[in-house]
Amino acid sequence: MAGLAAAFGSGAMTNSIAELEYTDCILATGTNTTENHPVIGAVVKRAVRQHNTKLVVIDPREITLTKYADIWLRQKPGTDVAVLNGLMNVILAENLSDKAFVEGRTENFEAFRQVVEKYTPEFVEKISGVPAEDLKRAARMYARAKRASILYSMGITQHTTGTDNVKSVANLSMLCGNVGIEGGGVNPLRGQNNVQGACDMGALPNVFPAYQQVAAPEVRAFFEKAWGVQTLPGKPGLTIMEIMNAAHHGDIKGLYIMGENPMISDPDLSHAEESLKKLDFLVVQDIFLTETARLADVVLPSASFAEKEGTFTNTERRVQRVRKAVGSPGEALPDWEIIARIATRMGYPMAYGNAREIWEEIRKVTPSYAGISYKRIEREGLQWPCPNTEHPGTRFLHKERFTRGRGLFSAIEYLPPAELPDEAYPMILSTGRVLYHYHTGTMTRVSKGLSERYSESLVEINPEDASRLGIDDGRTVRLTSRRGSVRAKAKVTGRSPVGTVFMNFHFREAAVNLLTNPALDPIGKIPEYKVCAVRVEAA
Amino acid sequence: MEKKIPLTIDGRAVQGRAGQTILEVARHSGIFIPTLCYMDRTTKVGACRVCVVEVEGARTLVASCCMPISPGMVVRTDTPKVQAAQRMVVELLWSSGDHNCLTCERNGSCELQDLVYRFQIEKPRFEITPPGHAKDLSNSMIQRDLNKCVLCGRCIRACNEIQVNEVLDFTRRGSRAKVGPAFETDYIDSDCFFCGECADACPVGAITLRPARFGGRPWETKKVRTTCTYCGVGCQMELNVHEDRIVSVTGNSAFGEPNLGSLCAKGRFGMDFVHHPDRLKKPLIRREKGGDLEEASWEEALDLVASRFKEIREKSGPDALAGLSSARCTNEENYLFQKFMRAGIGTNNVDHCARL
Ligand code: SF4
Ligand code: SF4
Repeated sequence: MAGLAAAFGSGAMTNSIAELEYTDCILATGTNTTENHPVIGAVVKRAVRQHNTKLVVIDPREITLTKYADIWLRQKPGTDVAVLNGLMNVILAENLSDKAFVEGRTENFEAFRQVVEKYTPEFVEKISGVPAEDLKRAARMYARAKRASILYSMGITQHTTGTDNVKSVANLSMLCGNVGIEGGGVNPLRGQNNVQGACDMGALPNVFPAYQQVAAPEVRAFFEKAWGVQTLPGKPGLTIMEIMNAAHHGDIKGLYIMGENPMISDPDLSHAEESLKKLDFLVVQDIFLTETARLADVVLPSASFAEKEGTFTNTERRVQRVRKAVGSPGEALPDWEIIARIATRMGYPMAYGNAREIWEEIRKVTPSYAGISYKRIEREGLQWPCPNTEHPGTRFLHKERFTRGRGLFSAIEYLPPAELPDEAYPMILSTGRVLYHYHTGTMTRVSKGLSERYSESLVEINPEDASRLGIDDGRTVRLTSRRGSVRAKAKVTGRSPVGTVFMNFHFREAAVNLLTNPALDPIGKIPEYKVCAVRVEAA
Repeated sequence: MEKKIPLTIDGRAVQGRAGQTILEVARHSGIFIPTLCYMDRTTKVGACRVCVVEVEGARTLVASCCMPISPGMVVRTDTPKVQAAQRMVVELLWSSGDHNCLTCERNGSCELQDLVYRFQIEKPRFEITPPGHAKDLSNSMIQRDLNKCVLCGRCIRACNEIQVNEVLDFTRRGSRAKVGPAFETDYIDSDCFFCGECADACPVGAITLRPARFGGRPWETKKVRTTCTYCGVGCQMELNVHEDRIVSVTGNSAFGEPNLGSLCAKGRFGMDFVHHPDRLKKPLIRREKGGDLEEASWEEALDLVASRFKEIREKSGPDALAGLSSARCTNEENYLFQKFMRAGIGTNNVDHCARL
């Protein structure tokens, strides 16, 4: 997110899902779309099968999309910057860039060009293992398309170089003049239903709703007035990983967690547990007694999405209604009601009768949402920015100008992942999700059908590695990293490249985040879930 | 401006665009033609022949779903000849399957049943001879009873052309034709992704959502449109609610973007959690350090939260408190959460798990 905001001025998906079906070329990198965003996966597959769209997939794993791809670049995990620079090197060398766009709409091109010059296909092949010829073909395919869209997801961001990766993706799109046009753009696919909305609403340490900086005095003055308080704090707060670390040091003493389960999703779980245990006071508000809730001093029962009114904002900035279908069990309450009651008890009264009243307040302080009323989205959602009630919403961003003015090229050098295999931990572990489960498994694992289809955590391992280590399909293996050890069954499959194992993080009994490396991207503060070093042995 | 093509349907002057079929123009003009195998956004196959009409100058009846319009065309959808042919098709379909509506999950939402009723057929002229296929009860998500299959092929097109999962096909030909995964395997042993698109596409009770079995008749069920709670696609879906319980989830192409009626396995079959017995029902508090979590009233729990937060703020300042909001919650809740942390507590220590 930070990377895209730096390049374009907005971190959101630039274009819309529907545009993918009719674009000329899709480059999908670090997104296992058919499993993590299956319905977008279907759009991509329709584009390829029915509308002649070219598909380039860049992924170390043989994900389902590779079956549909014209070109598949199988890079070594964590070498994305090198591969992307390589593509751009070819585009420049073969004169395939969009010079008018670069000149007219962007800045800092020269510094960028100088860095990319070095990343010849041969050099990139050495770093990434991607054959130089394939790289050239992919570069031509992307650059020659009239309109080309880039899709990416956690496979790009969950690295210590995540922000660099995203900036490189933005570079590529600008280089070929693919921003601000229908069917083009840079499109991060959001993992959770309302990540986009949570960010838009200011559930971030440095910004109020609509990314208005907390550090800016005039912005604070506006919110002080809107919210009826004397002063609002101007110092940006801590990010989630910093909060956990501060709790560990004793600087954070009280923590209020709403609907999250860091006890499964955090990198380095043992550290997360220690941090939470050191708190003086932990409040967890959730629909189940999660691993995190078990550590709490107070657990507050909340309503599920089917038991309340409100809105979610999807990955393409579309604000859509959530409606109450059934009653809540026992005394569970919608989260907003619980927050309001706590606030009121703390001497900051919040008197909302329903979700719509909160929505009306949101529209007043969030310019990009101002034109979106419940009434207007009764039938179909609207995409922000939608500044007034006549505005039809925005299908793609940066049309005539970038949100930040000119698009910013960044000169990015390849840096290896923070932890590489060595003698003691000779293999790479990459983590992610599978089709049938979601996040920490709290919801999908209690579904009869889904657990029937995928009932236990599996470690995907290449047949070559498996036979070298004497591991048969279905055999229990032990994975050990510098931080911990877990056991799970092996799934021997060519989906995993030689030297890399893949595991999902949905199963608490094989909590892969006991192993992962908490090393953070310095700007995005996203942990490196996609690469850490492990030892694999038959258990 | 594209040129309009004038034609006449049932004596009415109507217009269409080049490339449109008789069926499309008729529907657009509010003229009803029955269909079964026709499905929007997929190949037009003209397989069932329920949609036949008379076209002046044509030697035989034509399938309106496949026939492109031409200028001056004269179409009749309601002549005795048309009706007899449509009726014949419906009678044949009825008699070639096990259409016992008494026990069928689609009773009341079945397109074959609707056609039988529309054509006022008391009983088919032909002997009822169901093919005797074994039911596929191999999994708890999708149930198949091919004795009710009308071989319209909609499931196959849904799987191949809409979801592009390429799992289903006709597995035999001719009178023994059968739909299903390759090698006639059950769903659970196939490459099926359990998106359920085939079940939504099936016009009859051949492919149904298993969780809905005996979960309430269509007319007793309330459909609530909402947004999926799983991934960021934000699929629009219908929660089918009976007696305050979600019994199944269906897609609806009329809801439009972003998903045009498609769903995935999670959105479709992942809603059991809502009614799970382990859902939290009362506030819990730990009355002493190291003790167990015990049930409490809202009053007691909220008073404790407020007083402890206040205490920490007074002793160590507002920045000793932090909050994690949630990408799972609504916009309204995220807004309120950060407002509470900033204005109510006085700290910017608020984030959510987007990074993870
Ligand atoms: S559930 Fe989806 S993948 Fe499986 S057969 Fe039906 S349409 Fe195909
Ligand atoms: S149905 Fe599947 S693809 Fe659609 S929002 Fe839900 S999880 Fe995402």
